[in-house]
Amino acid sequence: MRWFIEPGFWSSAPVQVALAIGGASAVVSAVVGVFTVLRGQSFAGHALTDVSTAGGSGALLLGVSPIIGFVGLGIIGAGVMDAIGVRRLRGRDLATGIVLGASIGLAALILYLDSTSRATTGATQQILFGSIFTIQSSTVPVVVGFGVAALALVTTLYRPLLLSTAGPEMAAARGVPERLVGVLFMAAMAVAVGLSSLTVGAILSTALLIGPAAAAIRLTRRIGWSLALAAVLGVAACWVGVLLAYDSYYWTSAHRAVPVSFFIVSLVFCFYLASGLGVRTRRHAAGRRAGPDPGTPVPGAGAATRRQAGA
Amino acid sequence: MFSSFMTNAWTVATIVAVIAGVVGFFVVLRGAAFPAHAVPNGAFAGAAAANVWGFDPLVGLTVCAVLAALGIGTLGRRGRHDVATALALVMMLAVGAVFLGLSQEYEPAVYSLLFGEVLGVSSSELLPVAGLAVICLAAVSVLYRPLLLSSVASEMGEAKGLRSYWIDMAFLILLALATAMTVPVVGALLIFSLMIGPPAAARACTGRPGVAILLSVAIALVTVWSAIALSYLSNWPVGFFVGVTSALDYAAGRIWSRWSRSRDGDVSSPH
Repeated sequence: MRWFIEPGFWSSAPVQVALAIGGASAVVSAVVGVFTVLRGQSFAGHALTDVSTAGGSGALLLGVSPIIGFVGLGIIGAGVMDAIGVRRLRGRDLATGIVLGASIGLAALILYLDSTSRATTGATQQILFGSIFTIQSSTVPVVVGFGVAALALVTTLYRPLLLSTAGPEMAAARGVPERLVGVLFMAAMAVAVGLSSLTVGAILSTALLIGPAAAAIRLTRRIGWSLALAAVLGVAACWVGVLLAYDSYYWTSAHRAVPVSFFIVSLVFCFYLASGLGVRTRRHAAGRRAGPDPGTPVPGAGAATRRQAGA
Repeated sequence: MFSSFMTNAWTVATIVAVIAGVVGFFVVLRGAAFPAHAVPNGAFAGAAAANVWGFDPLVGLTVCAVLAALGIGTLGRRGRHDVATALALVMMLAVGAVFLGLSQEYEPAVYSLLFGEVLGVSSSELLPVAGLAVICLAAVSVLYRPLLLSSVASEMGEAKGLRSYWIDMAFLILLALATAMTVPVVGALLIFSLMIGPPAAARACTGRPGVAILLSVAIALVTVWSAIALSYLSNWPVGFFVGVTSALDYAAGRIWSRWSRSRDGDVSSPH
């Protein structure tokens, strides 16, 4: 085991904080991510990460903890996106893109101000690509609190979310307040994105939101299973990523550690590719038996796919 | 502002605006905002690699942007298109971050690649950029009809199958070429604003494709020029002005189309 886990891994305080924060944000992101993927809202999720980039850099400028900025501006961004009509299918990508572009522009300005007005060196790097090993342990309770809130929100919305995933018409027929559910879900998404921004950096947090969820959805058709599997994959990616980053310090004689975010994102990407291979071999084994596409786990998820067809 | 060292910046920015206006029209028409956001991030990885190993950034930008486009096209063929785009995007960004970590000047390099830097254009870079621009415009004029047709057809939920796949692929590669040369000026994260805001505004004003493309180029030019001028005057990053002005373009387009619709009582406006 010594060759894999370098000495001092478990006893290092930054590693413990990193494992706690990574694990918590991976679970929340994975659970929210499953619904994000099923609802075909990957782009909206990604746009929220860019909104939270602006939030995180703003928090640095004001001198508060980045997590407040990540989550706070994310929720505001969710509201704005709803207001300018990301719900409507037509032109939805466009409206999302505009919010995204404007918030990156804002982030550019705030990061510029960060680097000129305050002596915060490395602000750009810290906000965009994360620095999980430098997080103070006092942040852990805040992360857990936000995580529990987001999970509680998703649990409350579980049934209406599933129904609206199955198609807006069906949800409307069952009397689901589509718009309210949409806004609340976007808020949960903003929290999830904020937490994973802390872990892998704001512009990479899409990986934790979408990757494990998409892989899990490919592998199982049952919604409960895909939620559990996504959480397991997300946590695995985070923890192994933290371990590899810790180890990588010893890989070269120069002792330059490779960023954690790179390992986590690569692992997530590999999981997604592997899930595709898994599905294909399974389909191969099943021969020509005609069946529904494994990519569409719940009835009516085709609606979500159709919605993306224009993208 | 118009002194000699700014001449290159103005020239490149003008080329960038023309290309973004033309290619952006098809981005908006095809609803390809997400791929248009993702491909430049591939270019970011390429520029970062060039930074480490010291080869021509334009080569790195072009190769990696095309790789990202191919990756998105191939992954998107199996599985959900938006998921594939999202994951390809973050993967390229993460690779770029590692490359930049290897080089010495981390922070300023990250910043200028992601958010753009107008002053960093040398005379020797002008010719390759102009060459790429000509290739892009030639590709657009060759692909004009098929792109237009398939965009409209896929909106109606028809065109499926191999043919539309190849047109998709051709479009993604065109997007890659267009972004390769725009990344150094506007930045990987913000080109996409320029490819969405002005064309969306243009489409809101007119339904005719030819007129819309010209209008889109004009709006993009005004956007980029004013962004550079404001950036020069205020010393604030050019990306900020591009992002915000593009959003304003879009808002103006929406207001215009609503106003003209209510005036004409016409329901079949393009937006």
